[in-house]
Amino acid sequence: MSKVEEWIDAAVIGAGHAGCEAALACARLGMNTVLFTVSVDSIALMPCNPNIGGSSKGHLVREVDALGGEMGKVIDRTFIQSKMLNQSKGPAVHSLRAQADKAEYSRAMRQVLESEKNLHIRQMEVTELLTEEGRITGVKTYSGAVYHCKACILCTGTYLKARCIYGEVSSDTGPNGLQAANYLTDSLKSLGIRMYRFKTGTPARIDRKSIDFSKMEEQKGDERVVPFSFTTDPESVQIPQVSCWLTYTNEETHRIIRDNIDRSPLYSGMIKGTGPRYCPSIEDKVMKFADKNRHQVFLEPEGLYTNEMYVGGMSSSLPEDVQIAMYRTVPGLEHAQIVRNAYAIEYDCIDARQLYPSLEFKEIQGLFSAGQFNGSSGYEEAAAQGLIAGINAARKIQGKEPLILDRSQAYIGVLIDDLVTKENHEPYRMMTSRAEYRLLLRQDNADLRLTKIGYEVGLISQERYEKLLKKEETIQREIERAEHTHISGKKEVQEFLEKKNSTPLKSAVTLAELIRRPELSYEETAPIDPQRPQISREEGEQVNITIKYQGYLERQKIQVEQFKKIEKKKIPENFDYDQVPSLRIEARQKLKEYRPLSLGQASRIAGVSPADISVLLVFLKSAGAKN
Amino acid sequence: MEHDTIAAISTGMTPSGIGIVRVSGPKAIEAADRIYRPKDKKKKLADQPSHTVHYGYIEEKGEILDEVLITLFRAPRSFTAEDTVEINCHGGVYALKRVLEAVLDQGVRPADPGEFTKRAFLNGRIDLSRAEAVMDVIQSQNEYALKSSVGQLRGSVYKKIEALRKKIVFQIAKIEASLDDPEHLGLEGYGSVLLPVVKEIKEEIGRLIHSSEDGRIFKEGIRTVILGKPNVGKSSLLNLLAGEERAIVTEIAGTTRDVLEETVSLGGITLQVLDTAGIRDTADKIEKIGVERAKEKARDADLILYVVDGTLPFSREDREILESLQEKRIILLLNKSDLEQKVGEEALKEITHGKYPVFSVSAKENTGMDLLEEEIKHLFFQGELTFNNQVYITNARQKRLLGEAAESLDKVMESIEMDMPEDFYSIDLTGAYESLGKIIGEASGEDVINEIFGSFCMGK
Repeated sequence: MSKVEEWIDAAVIGAGHAGCEAALACARLGMNTVLFTVSVDSIALMPCNPNIGGSSKGHLVREVDALGGEMGKVIDRTFIQSKMLNQSKGPAVHSLRAQADKAEYSRAMRQVLESEKNLHIRQMEVTELLTEEGRITGVKTYSGAVYHCKACILCTGTYLKARCIYGEVSSDTGPNGLQAANYLTDSLKSLGIRMYRFKTGTPARIDRKSIDFSKMEEQKGDERVVPFSFTTDPESVQIPQVSCWLTYTNEETHRIIRDNIDRSPLYSGMIKGTGPRYCPSIEDKVMKFADKNRHQVFLEPEGLYTNEMYVGGMSSSLPEDVQIAMYRTVPGLEHAQIVRNAYAIEYDCIDARQLYPSLEFKEIQGLFSAGQFNGSSGYEEAAAQGLIAGINAARKIQGKEPLILDRSQAYIGVLIDDLVTKENHEPYRMMTSRAEYRLLLRQDNADLRLTKIGYEVGLISQERYEKLLKKEETIQREIERAEHTHISGKKEVQEFLEKKNSTPLKSAVTLAELIRRPELSYEETAPIDPQRPQISREEGEQVNITIKYQGYLERQKIQVEQFKKIEKKKIPENFDYDQVPSLRIEARQKLKEYRPLSLGQASRIAGVSPADISVLLVFLKSAGAKN
Repeated sequence: MEHDTIAAISTGMTPSGIGIVRVSGPKAIEAADRIYRPKDKKKKLADQPSHTVHYGYIEEKGEILDEVLITLFRAPRSFTAEDTVEINCHGGVYALKRVLEAVLDQGVRPADPGEFTKRAFLNGRIDLSRAEAVMDVIQSQNEYALKSSVGQLRGSVYKKIEALRKKIVFQIAKIEASLDDPEHLGLEGYGSVLLPVVKEIKEEIGRLIHSSEDGRIFKEGIRTVILGKPNVGKSSLLNLLAGEERAIVTEIAGTTRDVLEETVSLGGITLQVLDTAGIRDTADKIEKIGVERAKEKARDADLILYVVDGTLPFSREDREILESLQEKRIILLLNKSDLEQKVGEEALKEITHGKYPVFSVSAKENTGMDLLEEEIKHLFFQGELTFNNQVYITNARQKRLLGEAAESLDKVMESIEMDMPEDFYSIDLTGAYESLGKIIGEASGEDVINEIFGSFCMGK
């Protein structure tokens, strides 16, 4: 019997948020790409929360956008509510979060994929990877077809040997009852890849018409919506928004949970995977924080054309009867009708320390991976890795150096460096506290940080790049003008300051000095600055932040310089640590195992001391001189 | 050269106290000039040629720290191939240390273990074939430094730093948890809650800097209190240590009615010795005050020399006094060993369950002092590490790190006072947390994340 056999450039396995970005990046960089999925109807599915962005995740979406990714553009077209979080805090932690119309998001992303000329979507389970001499050569499908390829990107999400559980009920399916991928794990293991088993979970979906919203607090979107993508016209996103609703659990909810805790698969030991601490099930919250007498519950619409409401804050794997009883204790949910049960899901993923920061496997050339398969969680984390893996797969095929963003350039850099360098025992979530240079890595300047890189990679158009350069120049010129514009204590200035509760001027100051006053800003000082040129709101924001927080920003820039020094010292890929006799044994073992690419990365491996780094530095210097 | 400027005491330290502070890096000469006063107001070091020696004083804040000879080497003609200043000090261990501190106050960083050698190598001063030896120096000096650093950090300091870090990481986690989950955890009015907490932590650090036990021990000496029942020979011991008749010695119990104080050098170690009135129940009012003060001094002491009269049996009173001094470093001195003994060394050890070192001395005959000296060195400098320059440099580094932590906390307070948003606070809190962590050899790693999840209920 003859089998299908095809020759392509890149195979992307899985069409979730990582797979979509990876496939698009590859195809757009000229690679003949096939995107495999177990269900075409589930492309860009959001199986858990119905939103994109949030604290620090919003940063990732903006960075993906600045590099030429798709997530920001698609959510701008399909959101139904939007909020800028942390607006009362500093600009570094402002973060955009949008409620998505899930079905629309999925449809819109599918359309983008389908319109890409080098991209072919194929509904088929990949069961085996084909390699020769430590290099990927192709993938084999369940039907027996072979796709010869030069690069392959694994984006299998939560589908590998997936198992969904609530109470005593368990089924071997992926999220939402979709078909799991049961064969690929064995193929990966036979290639020597180390696997982990992680778990996560999702709350129930409840029928909107069974909810009494009068007992809940309404949560509206922002009056003025800011788009995710730097290419979206801000006026186009000022649309009518839907509301979310806030309510709380109570002692009765907690009693029901405690009384039935032995029936929870997590507590009975039926689930062995490692769960994430940042999104604990409601039973975890009740058991671990026993002193709290209530927990927040958010009811969030899943879309405009569905009645389903997501019960944020109450994910669970308790049995069905307990779930119904528990949800019905919550004010407003007394008569709640569940549409889909809450469940926990277990899946296979990898120890991502087997990857280079390019997301290529150290042991298998041309094999890349991204998303939950790498032990992360979240749509945004997945999209960010997908984009980088896609770019680097294409660059690998083209024989180019990989794109590696470091911790001082982007949250994406922090995310990937953490994943490939640190030991990770739970699904990894981006958090703003993980970014040591976060004052510089703001969501508002993602375009200024990364568009140039996106342009050089080939995912940003000439037009967009030139626009960016112009924006950069306008901001710079305006900052200089503010530093050199002197404001004297004229009558109208003093009156203006008095009105703003700001100390009157004793002598002339620069406009910048006034902007630095806590009670004033660039925007606020417009009335006493007659020479001000017309610049956009976004440009004005950059001017304001750069002037207002100058001292803090300068300090972080100095830290970044320090960081870069050691980050720039490269270690050859096949470096033999046994040649370096003075390394301590523990450090030698760790270094041999994880093979960092720079002294900076080496210094972040647990068990490697500063003295070991010095020793390596000395060795590399002497080796370098000998060659 | 992109390096910063470093300094260390680069000679082994002997009690004679002649030693060299070496400063290397682009700002070495500039830093030295700021504290160097040439004799007869000659030219500054910056105007002097390489490979020359200069005579003058090291002075800081108007105080002369030491009379020195300075050797000047200009890059690349020095050991490290960088601008290098070597300050030859003569004023003893204490002066040497103060000169180093004065240099460090000029924006110079304490050298890492093996760093001069490392720089010499990286700058091509050491032959490539010796790379292996260089690496060994770095690794072995590092291990040594770690050992001495851990050794120096007594339990109490370690615990204090740990406690401070715990307080700080909780505050960081509180802010970060709220930033990550703003709809859940609010921070309204947090600045005014945080301010007193930060102030308190900063004051604690300030106390650690000033009273950092080892620092003070070098600076002021080991605070030693001579204690014992009346007329066991405490004052004779003081006189012996001080080398002069300071206390009135009589055979009448209770002669020392107050506390006498003397700075004593015992084989290079400085002791701040306090002779006290003998402890006993007494009706004499003045003597009673003396006894009270003796007890009080004992509570603040680093070391207690408890003197027992060997010609008399060990009494219940002795036992009670010793028991009231728990957690103190105590050495038992069996005095009057020149006379016939009622209780011997072994017997005394047995009676006190081997809890304290016991030495026989004769204040009158001046015997047993060398053993006492050894024991004090052992107790306070872990024996072998005595007068090793690594001890001094780790000290300097620890002090510097405490200073950095305090500076970060200043910035937090500044941000609060300037009414900056809360996320700015956690940036400098993290700085303070990391500086303290370096003192006890702890990297911060996932601490903040763990604290967030441990202390705050997060997530959807």
